[in-house]
Amino acid sequence: MIYEEVNSESRARRTLTGAARILSALKIDGPLVTGLALISVYGLIVLYSASGQSIPTIVRTVMRLLLGAVAMLVLARVNPNFLRRTTPWLYVIGVFLLVAVAVFGHIGLGAQRWLSLGFIKFQPSELMKLAVPMMCAWYLHERPLPPSFLSLILLSVLILVPVGLVAVEPDLGTAALIGVAGVLVIVMAGLQVRVMAALLGLAAVGAWVGWDFMHDYQRKRVLTFIDPQTDPLGAGYHIIQSQIAIGSGGIFGKGWMNGSQAQLDFLPERSTDFIFAVIGEEFGMLGVSLLLVLYMFVTARAIYLAMQTQDTFARLLAGSLALTFFVYVFINAGMVTGLLPVVGVPLPLVSYGGTSVVTLLAGFGILMALYSHRKLVSS
Amino acid sequence: MPAGRIKDHWGEQRLFDQRSLIAGVLIVLLTFVLLGRLYLLQVVRHDYYAELSQGNRVRTEPIPASRGLILDRNGSVMVNNEPAYQLELTREQVPDLNDTLKRLTALNLIDPEDLDGIKHMILSRRSFDTVPLRLRLTDEEIGRFAVHRFEFPGVDLATRQTRHYPFGELGVHALGYVGAISEQDLDHIDRAAYAGTALIGKLGVEASYEKPLHGQNGYREILVNAQGRSVERQGAYAPELRAVAPTAGEDVVLSIDLPTQKVAEEVFGDHRGAVVAIDPTNGDVLALVSKPGFDPSIFARGVTRSEYAALSQNIDKPLFNRALRGTYPSGSTIKPVISLAGLANHMLDPHKDEFCAGVYYLPGSRLAFREGKFGRHGNLDLPHAIARSCDVYFYRLAATIGIDKIAAFMAPFGYGSLTGIDIGGEKPGVLPSPEWKRRVYKQAWYPGETVNVGIGQGYLLVTPLQLAHVASVIAGRGKSYRPRLVTALRDVNGELHKLPPIENPSIQGVTDEDWNIVIEGMIGATSWPGGTAYAFVHGTPYTMAGKTGTAEVVTVGRNQSLTAKKTDERLKDHAWFIAFAPAEAPRIAVAVLAENAGFGATTSSPIARKVIDAYLLGPDGKVKPSLLPGGSPAESPAAKPAEPAQPGVPLPEQKQAESPPTSAQAHKQS
Repeated sequence: MIYEEVNSESRARRTLTGAARILSALKIDGPLVTGLALISVYGLIVLYSASGQSIPTIVRTVMRLLLGAVAMLVLARVNPNFLRRTTPWLYVIGVFLLVAVAVFGHIGLGAQRWLSLGFIKFQPSELMKLAVPMMCAWYLHERPLPPSFLSLILLSVLILVPVGLVAVEPDLGTAALIGVAGVLVIVMAGLQVRVMAALLGLAAVGAWVGWDFMHDYQRKRVLTFIDPQTDPLGAGYHIIQSQIAIGSGGIFGKGWMNGSQAQLDFLPERSTDFIFAVIGEEFGMLGVSLLLVLYMFVTARAIYLAMQTQDTFARLLAGSLALTFFVYVFINAGMVTGLLPVVGVPLPLVSYGGTSVVTLLAGFGILMALYSHRKLVSS
Repeated sequence: MPAGRIKDHWGEQRLFDQRSLIAGVLIVLLTFVLLGRLYLLQVVRHDYYAELSQGNRVRTEPIPASRGLILDRNGSVMVNNEPAYQLELTREQVPDLNDTLKRLTALNLIDPEDLDGIKHMILSRRSFDTVPLRLRLTDEEIGRFAVHRFEFPGVDLATRQTRHYPFGELGVHALGYVGAISEQDLDHIDRAAYAGTALIGKLGVEASYEKPLHGQNGYREILVNAQGRSVERQGAYAPELRAVAPTAGEDVVLSIDLPTQKVAEEVFGDHRGAVVAIDPTNGDVLALVSKPGFDPSIFARGVTRSEYAALSQNIDKPLFNRALRGTYPSGSTIKPVISLAGLANHMLDPHKDEFCAGVYYLPGSRLAFREGKFGRHGNLDLPHAIARSCDVYFYRLAATIGIDKIAAFMAPFGYGSLTGIDIGGEKPGVLPSPEWKRRVYKQAWYPGETVNVGIGQGYLLVTPLQLAHVASVIAGRGKSYRPRLVTALRDVNGELHKLPPIENPSIQGVTDEDWNIVIEGMIGATSWPGGTAYAFVHGTPYTMAGKTGTAEVVTVGRNQSLTAKKTDERLKDHAWFIAFAPAEAPRIAVAVLAENAGFGATTSSPIARKVIDAYLLGPDGKVKPSLLPGGSPAESPAAKPAEPAQPGVPLPEQKQAESPPTSAQAHKQS
């Protein structure tokens, strides 16, 4: 019996090792990559329909996914200690670039977000999506947790400086996401509940004050979120049309490439920020639920990986990256279904365009590096 | 270790795990919130959103019905439809309306003066309605727009059927015209029924018979994208698209006899005035002319402000329908009616000679009423007094009868009231009476005014249509019909629905003998050597009864005051002539008015004669058998073979018309 057991165990180990050995050699996590790949493929199928069967769109998206995959593979192999040591530099460079954008940035779509490096246009705010949580985790790494009051002040400055710079571009969506990524680090570090409550109160006051500094279109978005019917052909149009798309999809959907809202251009930004509504229209509630399940799986796996990491920097950073991913999903889906105001947040791995896919996969690369290098880390 | 300076790795790990679990729970909760929202949208409110999405992509597009034709009594096409390019604009597809209109003006496609009106019209329609800017473009304009088409999103060329008037001015004051639907029109039409219709009847038969002519527009549902453009794509999201075919408008058959109308217009020449010819046996208006006229096509293709100004400010008033709206003193044409009034009231012995010394004094007055043109007539009985138009005879007769009886007797002839013709705009004229004068002028009636009424001067005002009707009442010996322009409607299946003639109450109290003696006097006017019109119209192959009239130009129209200054030419008298023939069994009654043409007989009676010739005489120069008593009534339009004729054939100048131009078949019968 014992032999039997050993034999079967070793046989099982052998069969596993084929794929597992490659994965562990690459320092990546199989289930997580599988989840991400499934979402990406699903996204490509939807995008083909949403873009009006545009092959160039698909090709460009595949290229970006591949670029992101490369970034993920490379970052997964980087030693977290190295990553931690370079974090302050990354952060400083990021802030510097944001200032550069504000001064010489390329103006696109009415907002100043891009920095032209000659051969490539680069969005420093994308870099900050990673640099801010890394910086927060770096700061808290050596300090006892939960963070002291002084630490909180310092962390607030570390977060608010880039958030402010991005917000004035203006790119409220990305600014919010950067802020969320930083705040999530602090929350995971054990921020006291009473402090959180106090901060929420402060945020409310800040929103009230911030109203005065908002651009007209930003205010309009908030107002039309409260009542889309006030401006059905203007700012409310997006929300109304996306709800019609989702609602008319029903349980089973109208079928792939058969969504009239999407195919006849009623749905604005159908291949970018509002692609969720296309899924709702063409694949119905079943299709949307499938996507949400995939997102939940990826998030859950990422949180699991974060819990397995062994030092503070890794834990906080991995936790933040995992939760930020879900925040993206929730904000986008909430906006498209009319639960949240319209903010320019893409649906991760599905929305077309931008370099956010690369950033996102790079983040997952870092997360996997933090997990897979854990035995090498001295704690 | 609270607030310790030393890191507690196990504690931190626990704290993190705890927070991760809370986060996980929160994530599950939020996902359920999302799923709940999706359930609400996709299951609970699915029907509502499904309907909205259906409404989003299906739009109904009207299919205009083709407008009914207008035919003359013989079935010749007088008005039809013709394809034309029109320039149209859809507001919701135009990025900047003001700029677009400005640039179209710069291309000379819009008259700058029309800009405000066009803009107003566009803004009064729904934003997705397509509004015609110009109803008919010339080839050159089409080319000019085509080159710049891409600069004008929301502006396009479209083929539409437009109204075509093959004979131009001919009969325009009877036919009327169509024009672009104006804001005023929108107030009294069913907007839904007119969606897709560009033209609406504005005047004449086109306006009065708008309803049958218009027909019923159809519609079709089209699949559109968010920009409202039609998309062809079929697939699972192509819903069932419904379509309802339009029902073409009914054809309107006129009482107008096209050859007679043509003759009437041509012989009228450059005079201003009107001709109305009526069939006394049924009230059919055989010809209706008001000169000068205008080309109705300019309204159908969209009249520009300057064109309209040229028409409306013309001193000759081409837009003014003199036949229905021009009110003039009747002049001596009243004399037969005054005679009948005397006979009916037994105040006149028709065979007794009365002496005309060329002047008449009211008993006990020194105010002289003088003979008009012919000095003194000597002894005259009634027929000769009518034939020679002796004013003194009728001064005396009118004074004898008295104004109250005259007014009461004349009213049933249609003086002072509308004839009830089936097109709009008619004026009632004035039948004066003491009661009327009290009401209007708040003054008493003077006996001298009665004397003036005896020769058709003074307050009495009539329209040419009214006098044609009076002529037809006399021709019918008291029996008359309401004048009408439309005798039948022909529906889409080609079935003819005849409209029965409407008979007026007969004139009471006049014996056959009375009628005969008055008609004898009217025959005398045209065929006795002393008759006022003898020199101009004698020798017809039928018996013609007529009466000349000369209206002094103190009042050209009711709205012009007595003191109005006029040019010399316009101070000349208006020439009247009323007539009917054949006198024994009349088939046509005519009234001719020529403004400022001097003595009535000279200008007007030859015109009347040619009109009567054109209608009554066949190619052999004899009265057409169908118009003789016992002849089959010429009343089957379209049944007669219509021979093609060239418009503008020179008309026979001889006394006997050899071959009246036959009904012209219009080229395009769409």
